[in-house]
Amino acid sequence: MKALNFLTRTRNGRSMDWTDWLSYAYLVIGLFLMFGPVLWLVMSSFKTEAALNEFPPAFLPYGQKSVAVPGEEKMKPVYRVKMPDGTTKELAELRRIGLTSTLIDPARPDDFVRVNVKDREPVREFKLATENYTDLGGQIKFGTYLWNSVFITVIATILTLLFNSMAAFALSKYKFSGRSAVFLLILGTLMVPPAIVLVPNFLVVSELGLLNSLWGVIWPAIATPTGVFLLRQYMLTIPDELLEAARMDHASEWQIYYRIILPLAAPALAVLAIFSVMWRWNDFLWPLIVLSKNEKFTLQLALNAFQGDLVTQWNYLLAMTVITLLPITIVFAFLQKYITQGIASAGVK
Amino acid sequence: MKTSASTPWFFLAPNVIVILLFTFVPIAINLHYAFTGGVNLYPTQRPGVGFENFSTLLECGSYFDPASCRKDVFWQSIWNTAKYAIFQVTLMVLFALITAVVLNRKIIGRGFWRGVFFYPVLLSPVVVALIWKWILQRDGLLNAAMVAMDAHPVLWLAEPGWAFFWVTFVSIWAHMGFYTLILLAGLQAIPADLYEAAQLDKASPWRSLTRITLPLLMPNLLVVVVLAMIKAVQIFDEVFVLTGGGPGSATTFVVQFIYQTGFVEPVRLYGIAAAGSLMLALALVALTLLQLKLSNAEKAGERAK
Repeated sequence: MKALNFLTRTRNGRSMDWTDWLSYAYLVIGLFLMFGPVLWLVMSSFKTEAALNEFPPAFLPYGQKSVAVPGEEKMKPVYRVKMPDGTTKELAELRRIGLTSTLIDPARPDDFVRVNVKDREPVREFKLATENYTDLGGQIKFGTYLWNSVFITVIATILTLLFNSMAAFALSKYKFSGRSAVFLLILGTLMVPPAIVLVPNFLVVSELGLLNSLWGVIWPAIATPTGVFLLRQYMLTIPDELLEAARMDHASEWQIYYRIILPLAAPALAVLAIFSVMWRWNDFLWPLIVLSKNEKFTLQLALNAFQGDLVTQWNYLLAMTVITLLPITIVFAFLQKYITQGIASAGVK
Repeated sequence: MKTSASTPWFFLAPNVIVILLFTFVPIAINLHYAFTGGVNLYPTQRPGVGFENFSTLLECGSYFDPASCRKDVFWQSIWNTAKYAIFQVTLMVLFALITAVVLNRKIIGRGFWRGVFFYPVLLSPVVVALIWKWILQRDGLLNAAMVAMDAHPVLWLAEPGWAFFWVTFVSIWAHMGFYTLILLAGLQAIPADLYEAAQLDKASPWRSLTRITLPLLMPNLLVVVVLAMIKAVQIFDEVFVLTGGGPGSATTFVVQFIYQTGFVEPVRLYGIAAAGSLMLALALVALTLLQLKLSNAEKAGERAK
C-alpha cells in the first residue's frame, strides 16, 4: 500500500485522484493514436514485399528465411517440410511446379526431396528489408527528387530570411510616409491564400518562363507576411541608440542592417528559418501546378505520383515516405521548445 | 552618411516587388478572368462575358440538391466543404480543448506529452495521407483488426460515408496539435490563485472547469474556432492524396473543384475557376474580418482583466 502511495504521489504531495487517472489514461490513448500510425509506417517500411502482402499483417518486419545453395545463383527460400516419414526438416526450395515442390538440404546438395506444397510452410525470421531504402536510388529517381526538395527548401529559406528581414528593418527602424500602408499591404496577403490566385499565378509564372523550374516554386513563396511580422515585432525591441551610435561612426545603412540588426535579431531569424524549412519542405499544391515534369518533382510530388500508379509498389513508397518525414522529425526532436513557443507567440504555422 | 528618403524603400523593394508580382498582380488578373470566357490563358485574348461565369456556377434548380445544378460538382463541393467545416472544426476544437486542459494539469513529462500531440502538425499533407492510406487500405491494419474481431473488412476509402468520415478524422489528427497549443497558451494565462480559491471553497474539479476555465478561455476559443474555419474551408492537400476527391465526388471540396476546373479538365475553363475562387475568397474575407473583430474583443477583454 505504501509503495502504491509512493508511485501515485503527485508533484504537490497529494495522492492521485480520479481526475489524474483520467488524465493519464487520455494521454496514453493519445500517444497510441498520434504516434501509433507513424510507428506502423516505419515498421512496415522495413518489410519485404512478400511480408507487406501478408494478411493479417505482423507488427515486426518478419521475412522468409533464405539460404545460399551450392550451384544456384540466387538465395533460395527456406521451408519447414513435413517429410513422408512424419519428421519435419528445414529445407531450401529449388523450384515449384504445380502442386509439387522440389526441395534440398543445403548441407547435402545431392538429395532432392519432392513434396506436396501443402506439406511445407515458410520459415520466418526477423529481417529488416533495408533494400527498400538502398534500392530507391536505382528504382526511381529518388536522388533527383531529394535534391529538388533540398534545393527549394534551402534557397527559399535563405531568400525568405533576407527579403523579410530587410523589409522588417525598414518597417521598424525608419519613419517615412507610406510606412503603415506598406505594412498593411504585406499583412493583407495573409488573407490571400494560394488557392485563390492559383490560375493567374500560373499565368504570371509561365510568362516569367518559370514553369517546370524550381525557381517557379521558390519566388512566389518567399515574401511571407508572417516572417515580416515576426521580425518587425522583434526588431522594434532593438534600441535605436545602437543605430545612432553606428551612424556617428560613419557606418552605412547597409552595414547597420548587416552588422547590427541581423546579429541582434538572430533568435527571431532562427524561428522564421525553422518555419520556412517546414513550409517549403511540405509544400504541395503550388509545386503540383508548377512542376509537371518528372525530373523536376519534389519528394512530396513524387510520393503523390507514385501512390497514384495503377500498381502501387508499397515497399518503396513506404520507405520514401519515411525518408520524407525524417528531416522534419529530427528538426522537431531537437527544436521542439522553439517551435512550440514560436507558434504559441505568433499564432501561425 | 545621412539617411536619405529612399533608404527604407531600398530595403523594402525586394519583398514588396515579390508581393506585387505574385499576389496583387494575380488578384487583378483573377478578377479579369472571372468576367471573361473562353479557354485562352492570355488575358487580352479572352472575350468579356460579364457575369456569365458566376451565373453558370449559380444556376441551380435547388441549392440543396447539387444534382439539379448546372455545375453539380461545384455545389456538391460547397456542401461537402460546409459539412466538413462544421464537423471537423467542432470535433477538432473539442478534442484540442480536452487535450489542452489535460496538458495544463500537473502531469509528469509535460514537454513530452505536448510533443506527442503536436508532432503530426509538422508532417506534410502527403505524408499524413499516405500514413493513413496504408492503414485504411483493403489489406491494411484496420481491416486486420476488423477480421480479428470477427467483423467484415470494409473498403474504408471506397464507400462515400466512410471516406468522408476518414477524411474528417485524418485532418483532425493532423491539425489538432496546433490548436491545442494555442488553447494551452490561453489556459496558462489564467491566474492560478483563482483555482486555489476554488480549492479552498471545496469546489469540484468539474465545477472549476465550467466556472473558471471555460468562461476565461472563451475569447481564445472563439479565435481558435474561426482560425480553424478559415483553414477548413481551404482543405485540399491531404484529401487529394487520400481519396482524390472520391468515391465519385463524395470528398471533393471547393479548392479541388478550382484546381480541377483550371488545371486538370481537358477543356480548362479558367473563367469558371476564377469565379469559383472569388466566391471562396468572399467567404474567407468574411471569416477573417470576424477573426479580427474577435481578437480585438479578446485584447479589450484582457485589458479589462
